[in-house]
Amino acid sequence: MTQKKDSLVIADKSYQSRLLVGTGKYKNFEETRLAIDASGAEIITVAIRRTNIGQNEGEPSLLDFVPPNRFTYLPNTAGCYSADDAVRTLRLARELLDGHKLVKLEVLGDPKTLYPNVIETLKAAEVLIKEGFDVMVYTSDDPIVAKELENIGCCAIMPLASLIGSGMGILNPWNLQIIIEHAKVPVLVDAGVGTASDAAIAMELGCEGVLMNTAIASANDPIMMASAMKKAIEAGREAYLAGRMAKKLYSASPSSPTQGMIS
Amino acid sequence: MNKATSMNLKINGNIKSFDDTSMTIEGLVIQLNLLGKRIAIEKNGMIISKSEFQNITLQEGDQLEIVGAVGGG
Repeated sequence: MTQKKDSLVIADKSYQSRLLVGTGKYKNFEETRLAIDASGAEIITVAIRRTNIGQNEGEPSLLDFVPPNRFTYLPNTAGCYSADDAVRTLRLARELLDGHKLVKLEVLGDPKTLYPNVIETLKAAEVLIKEGFDVMVYTSDDPIVAKELENIGCCAIMPLASLIGSGMGILNPWNLQIIIEHAKVPVLVDAGVGTASDAAIAMELGCEGVLMNTAIASANDPIMMASAMKKAIEAGREAYLAGRMAKKLYSASPSSPTQGMIS
Repeated sequence: MNKATSMNLKINGNIKSFDDTSMTIEGLVIQLNLLGKRIAIEKNGMIISKSEFQNITLQEGDQLEIVGAVGGG
């Protein structure tokens, strides 16, 4: 086994974990933190929302449980339906996080399916990259759009496996494979993973990482599922690096020697 | 002309009235118990950096968005 360090590199920064997790939908902040710890994730997504005005001074916040100096925050544009809204949100995020440049861009096209609007996504990506953001971009599994987003300057391409929050797994591994083969920046599956085997398959396809939230947060035991996902990502990555055997319908080559049989 | 005795600001979509008519953004942050919290503020569509909070005086009708980071995917 090769001992070479296998890191995920995004915008010139190395990460040991290839699992990126969201911080939404948990029962409480404590569960959020425990799940993140079990997942081993270093990059975590957060949403930008209006502050609750008139809150108690001591009211706990996500930041108390998941301190920004321990994790790499990835502010997202979840809930944005136009390029303008997405850009506005991430400018606020940069101010909020003291000039932090790494962001997740997602522009949605339909409230029912949460399918991405790639036209608005392309527009927003262009503006953000001009303004110096490092843009990890959520998109459909269209290889042409993925390439276009890379050409604009996105630092990671994140196609969906299936719809956000659906847990349907990887519906089109062939498209993902085309995207991965043609990309010079990391490709990460974002959205649609339902269970550990989905994450392992994404990694076996050659994805550089997986971003998920609901698969962990909506499991009966989120903390155990976070641990399962960590292992699946590692196993899938190693299987990809190891290189799988060729598939064949049957083989006249048994695993045990044919010599020395008792008779 | 009589000096105004109160000032209305639209904060996160809601109109709020304040007695202090020459309040800075920093003053507002203190009044809202948000001092030291990790927030970002947009005034009338423009982001105001933290270092400017003490220099900018709010005016009747100003629209403010005050945001923070919350859990999300």
